Amino acid sequence: MSKVEMLYREALNRAIDEAMSSDSNVVILGEDVGLYGGSYRVSEGLVAKYGEDRVIDTPIAELSIVGNAVGMAIGGLRPIAEIMTANFALLAFDQIINHMAKYRYMSAGKITLPVVVRFPQGVSRQLAAQHSESYEQMLSAVPGVRVLAVSSVNYAYHALKRAIFSDDPIIFIEHELLYNKKGIVDFDEEIDIFKANIVKEGSDITIVSYLKMVDDVIKAVPEIEQKLNKSCEVIDLQTLNPIDFETIKKSVEKTGRVVIVEEDHYTGGYGSQIASFLAEKLFYTLDAPILRIAGEDTPIPYNRKLELASIPTPESIANRVTQWGESNGL
Amino acid sequence: MDKREVEEIYYLMSLGRKFEYAAKEHYMSGEISGFLHLDIGQEAVSVGAMRAFEHGDVFTTYREHILAIAKGIEPKAVMAELFGKRSGVSQGRGGSMHLFEPALHFYGGDAIVGGHLPNAVGCAYARKFQKAQDGVMALFGDGATNGGAFFESLNIASAWKLPLLFLCENNRYAIGTEITRVAPFLEQSKKAEPYMPTIEVDGNDVIAVYEAVKEARSYIQKGHGPIFVEAFTYRWEGHSMSDAARYRSPEEVDIWKSKDPLKRVRKLLTQQYEMSEDEVDELDKKAQAVVDNAVEFATESEEPGVDELFDNIFVERVENVQG
Repeated sequence: MSKVEMLYREALNRAIDEAMSSDSNVVILGEDVGLYGGSYRVSEGLVAKYGEDRVIDTPIAELSIVGNAVGMAIGGLRPIAEIMTANFALLAFDQIINHMAKYRYMSAGKITLPVVVRFPQGVSRQLAAQHSESYEQMLSAVPGVRVLAVSSVNYAYHALKRAIFSDDPIIFIEHELLYNKKGIVDFDEEIDIFKANIVKEGSDITIVSYLKMVDDVIKAVPEIEQKLNKSCEVIDLQTLNPIDFETIKKSVEKTGRVVIVEEDHYTGGYGSQIASFLAEKLFYTLDAPILRIAGEDTPIPYNRKLELASIPTPESIANRVTQWGESNGL
Repeated sequence: MDKREVEEIYYLMSLGRKFEYAAKEHYMSGEISGFLHLDIGQEAVSVGAMRAFEHGDVFTTYREHILAIAKGIEPKAVMAELFGKRSGVSQGRGGSMHLFEPALHFYGGDAIVGGHLPNAVGCAYARKFQKAQDGVMALFGDGATNGGAFFESLNIASAWKLPLLFLCENNRYAIGTEITRVAPFLEQSKKAEPYMPTIEVDGNDVIAVYEAVKEARSYIQKGHGPIFVEAFTYRWEGHSMSDAARYRSPEEVDIWKSKDPLKRVRKLLTQQYEMSEDEVDELDKKAQAVVDNAVEFATESEEPGVDELFDNIFVERVENVQG
């Protein structure tokens, strides 16, 4: 039983199920999380097991979903608030930023908020501009909330379970195209959720990424390695705040070259924070300019061809990295 | 109501008013800074409501010094917070607008208008879930009743029959905008009528406020769901210390000053409860001594150290360090 293959959404379901079964203060609330089973089937089966008082169907009112979760935590519960999709969460940003992130500090630590906000986001398939957005750049800039970005199935299980029992508010970002991704959960593993994961080791180029882009990078790597005749090390950041600079630093000290890949818009994107860190702290370690590959500064279009042109793909990642390598003497 | 309770109510109102005037004085002289919202003229709502809701959870706004004191937080810990000192109730991190004391079920101190209402709803959910006896009270002004958070909260509290007492303190002005210019009527309880029973009360009559809140408390404790109380009152000062209140006439302010809630209780004590003016004066003196002591305590207390800057952001401390 120590290693089991399952889907990303099943890993999340399992983490919630185990948490709910071991602690009766754990509740989940959100739009269609109960009888419907969750928009992405993450909470499937839970209402039958734990009842409607603990698997709570809310009205379509995101401000209240997060605001109520904050109040539930003040009242002694451990709520998991599910946002249906990141764009809708903008209605809850007042609660996330002004309340959830600040009550602890403003009360000199007297208020503890063990809240997890599950946050499906990203470009899925032709959902157009109001259902495809990413907000990790804004959220990771808010002191008082932790931001995790879940790419692997193993991390999905471990990080969610750990997040539910953490006493800090955590934004738990999932990518909408990963719910049916298969992977292995190692139940015996003990992971530090505030550590990045080296998905693939290599010696010449460090590629830093997170969420679904990790998978796209992995798909692009064989072509890059073949064309440049160099090996790539791929880092899945996993935690966006705090940032695991240590893992990035160690890798870059080995490779001397860095590519940062993110799906979100280029300007002000999360990768610019990583680039800034590298420029400030590791300038003399770098043998080539940093390469950022990000989504374009455009609302996400409906048309599939345009949609794919607006974000990095395995092909565009391979092309950009290869060109960058060739023009920088690799 | 027994005499001791009325005496205590008068004492707390007197203490509250003296506290607010002291805060004003020390704002003018520079020891208190930032935003300072005074509750002078509205003491009957703050004290009446808190005395009638002693044990439950209370969520309120940035105009909350008197509420905090009436809920049992030491006046000196409140004053020290206004002074930004470590001995303040929020250790100098919150200031006037952010007073919290979970041990006393006081979740003060929210400064996003209407933003604390969903939190009160969530807490009421927790209390119902835990089958706890005491419900939750949320205080807010008339200005909060025009925002989305308010309507969402009415809806959810009512749909789920939560033990939540909505207490609207209607002082007619949202900073400088008179409520009837931005809402179709003066009485904001009309907005709650489709969802729950409502009670309107003279907010300058502390006994009336006390009785109304007590009745409402009993309603929510019986599991009937939420209830809405609206208390009509008036703030004598501007919205905050930076508001000269030019949007209303001195005559209007004078009319309301003539309805002074503190004088009304004094009259009640001397006429109905047979206290002498001197005996009531003694309560004022006792209150003044507590306020003086609070100011002295705040003045003498230490500021927090810069090395404490990062304390209490998280329980699990992992930092992104600059430099």
